[in-house]
Amino acid sequence: MPVGRIRADPADGTIRRETLKLQRSQDPMSTTESNGALLSLRGISKRFGPVQALSDVTLDIPSGQVTALCGDNGAGKSVTIKTIAGLWQADGGEMLWEGRAIRHNGPREAEALGIKTIYQDLALCDNLDIVQNMFLGHERLEHRLLDEDAMETAARQTLKELRVTTVRSIRLPVSSLSGGQRQSVAVAKAVMANAKLVIMDEPTAALGVTQTRMVLDLIKRLAAGGVAVMLVSHNLNDIFEVADRLAIMYLGRLVVQGPAAQFTPQTTVEYMTTGTSRQMAGTA
Amino acid sequence: MTTEQTEVAPEESIDSTLTETELATAAPEVLATSLGDYLQAWWRRIKSGESGAVPIIAGLIAIIIFFQIERSAFLTNQNLVNLFEEAALYVVVGAAETFVLLLSEIDLSIGYGVGIGGFVIAELIAPPVNFPWWLGIIGGVVAVGFLGFVQGTLITQLGLPSFIVTLGGQLGLLGIMLELANVDPTAVGGAIQVAPTSPIYKLVNSNMSPSLGWIALAACLAVFAAVKLARQRSRRARGLHTQPIGVTLLTLASVTVAGVLLVYVCNSNRSALAVVRGMPWVIPFVLVIILAYSWLLSRTRTGRYIYAVGNNPEAARRAGIKVNRIVTFAFVMSGATAALGGAIYVSTQGSMATDIDGGGLVLFAVAAAVIGGTTLFGGRGRMVNALLGGVIIAVVYNGLALMGVQAAVQDMATALVLIAAVALDAVVRRRSSTR
Ligand SMILES: Nc1ncnc2c1ncn2[C@@H]1O[C@H](COP(=O)(O)OP(=O)(O)OP(=O)(O)O)[C@@H](O)[C@H]1O
Ligand SMILES: [Mg+2]
Repeated sequence: MPVGRIRADPADGTIRRETLKLQRSQDPMSTTESNGALLSLRGISKRFGPVQALSDVTLDIPSGQVTALCGDNGAGKSVTIKTIAGLWQADGGEMLWEGRAIRHNGPREAEALGIKTIYQDLALCDNLDIVQNMFLGHERLEHRLLDEDAMETAARQTLKELRVTTVRSIRLPVSSLSGGQRQSVAVAKAVMANAKLVIMDEPTAALGVTQTRMVLDLIKRLAAGGVAVMLVSHNLNDIFEVADRLAIMYLGRLVVQGPAAQFTPQTTVEYMTTGTSRQMAGTA
Repeated sequence: MTTEQTEVAPEESIDSTLTETELATAAPEVLATSLGDYLQAWWRRIKSGESGAVPIIAGLIAIIIFFQIERSAFLTNQNLVNLFEEAALYVVVGAAETFVLLLSEIDLSIGYGVGIGGFVIAELIAPPVNFPWWLGIIGGVVAVGFLGFVQGTLITQLGLPSFIVTLGGQLGLLGIMLELANVDPTAVGGAIQVAPTSPIYKLVNSNMSPSLGWIALAACLAVFAAVKLARQRSRRARGLHTQPIGVTLLTLASVTVAGVLLVYVCNSNRSALAVVRGMPWVIPFVLVIILAYSWLLSRTRTGRYIYAVGNNPEAARRAGIKVNRIVTFAFVMSGATAALGGAIYVSTQGSMATDIDGGGLVLFAVAAAVIGGTTLFGGRGRMVNALLGGVIIAVVYNGLALMGVQAAVQDMATALVLIAAVALDAVVRRRSSTR
């Protein structure tokens, strides 16, 4: 299934796209893509007035792996994830979901596919408890009334699977939780909604050492459970700890992507700040 | 799944590692495993100033004791029933306002919503229309609910502040009410009489038979206890954390005591001249409204969304909640509930006239909700708060009137209570936001 390693070579992208077409025409029932990626961006571009925020972004996100998206401020990371999340449509290029071209109108459609985005502000309601937040917008009903017990049981099960054990009771309002616990609730909410791809924007930015530890462990478990995780982070320690793959952006372009083992912190910084790396040029 | 449940350990017990934050924000029954734990958690929450209704009830009791010391006539059953009848309108308009306050919006048009509701009801049940009373109420509810819909739509679709839209609405609704009185030839001098035989008239002016009062109370208590215990049992069967049984019994006992006291007070003779006994119909009318609305807020999806939108509209939007629809719904409910207040107003007056003080009434609506503990900042509050707040306002007015205090001073005293409640709200909010 894996057709060689992914390269930042535009020519490679074209070739792979053709392979894909070929495979689909042979087997119309197949949903697996040639390179196995759950989501592939192909030559995505996005412009805001005079600002070319993204140009020709090509990126693969496989299931069961943590893909870290890095880049300096303004590189276009947030614009990329918002495009995937369906907040707006790309101006050019295409997105392939399980090998099929998709075009979603609005975040609801992206979510229906299984793409769940956790923004830095987490979007939790402080006045609601953990269960209520985890089911917000997807409440379970019984005779058209809220089925609190079913929701509580399911929420508990999910938190247990993710081994989120530090919360004292899942009926606590989220206002009483620590930053890491809130992050955990947001992740559990995504798992609850059967997300296939969980995108996290700077999940550890505001956290201390222990809490960061907790969230990183959670991310690993999430990927181990078969979910594709896309992680936006500025923290190289975090990235090298959890990421299976790295994708680096520079001034709206995706300059390189590949297995984390191919990168060192030094080359990563070089890519992030200059868009190229002398050391990696031959090997990537 | 089933094996999973058997291994689920009973929820963590309360202990010394419980943080102050957890104590302050969690309802005691969430953490407690025994009655002792519960009372301990409850007391610490009171000390940290976040225990919902308890300080408000304590305040109410303090005010009652003060008035009773000043005037021994205060706690007579005659005065208490009067007081409940006064409170009825405040409670209902407070409940109306609660819907929009939960979204951190405000509805300043409620007072004349009561006025229009009253006129529509009175005109529909009086000749020449002669509708049955319930059709009259439905007519009023639909009419004012529609006006709420118009205001809610303006607020959501044009993104206008509700303060301004409903301030304009106050004037607009006053105009509509005057026009209703103008075009109706039976409204002599802007007033429509309601026949004393009409159930609308009887709402405040007629009583349940004492035995019916006791039977209704017994039935309500039985249903309440059965529902509560059944819920506990089903939660325990699913391996979920349940309230300690001592707490359940305590709750049942206090509800029983309150119910028995209420029915007892209403069922004792309250007139020196003739025998007047029984609970005025308006009391169950108001209690049913509060119960239904509490149920709407706590058990339905719409209710859940009202709290979510009130706290964090952006999170609600991202969760797929149609925020505009929820806001509009709240304004419809506010209007519809104001019309129910109109029924009470008509009954109290025995007629409907254009001299209704809608501007004053909206202040009572906001005051009842906020004094009872609903925040002005959205996302926190319950219908019971309107019940408590409405009763407190009635107690203050009634007690001061008994003491022979001038109307001007009564208004000032209520204003002080309102400002104290809002200040408390702001302090609690600041404390919870700096955590
Ligand atoms: N809604 C928008 N309208 C106009 N320009 C935008 C918009 N969103 C992003 N941009 C621009 O697109 C570029 C990329 O921004 P983006 O937010 O993706 O950067 P980033 O990689 O997430 O940076 P950071 O690390 O600071 O979060 C920036 O030049 C930014 O100003
Ligand atoms: Mg960003």
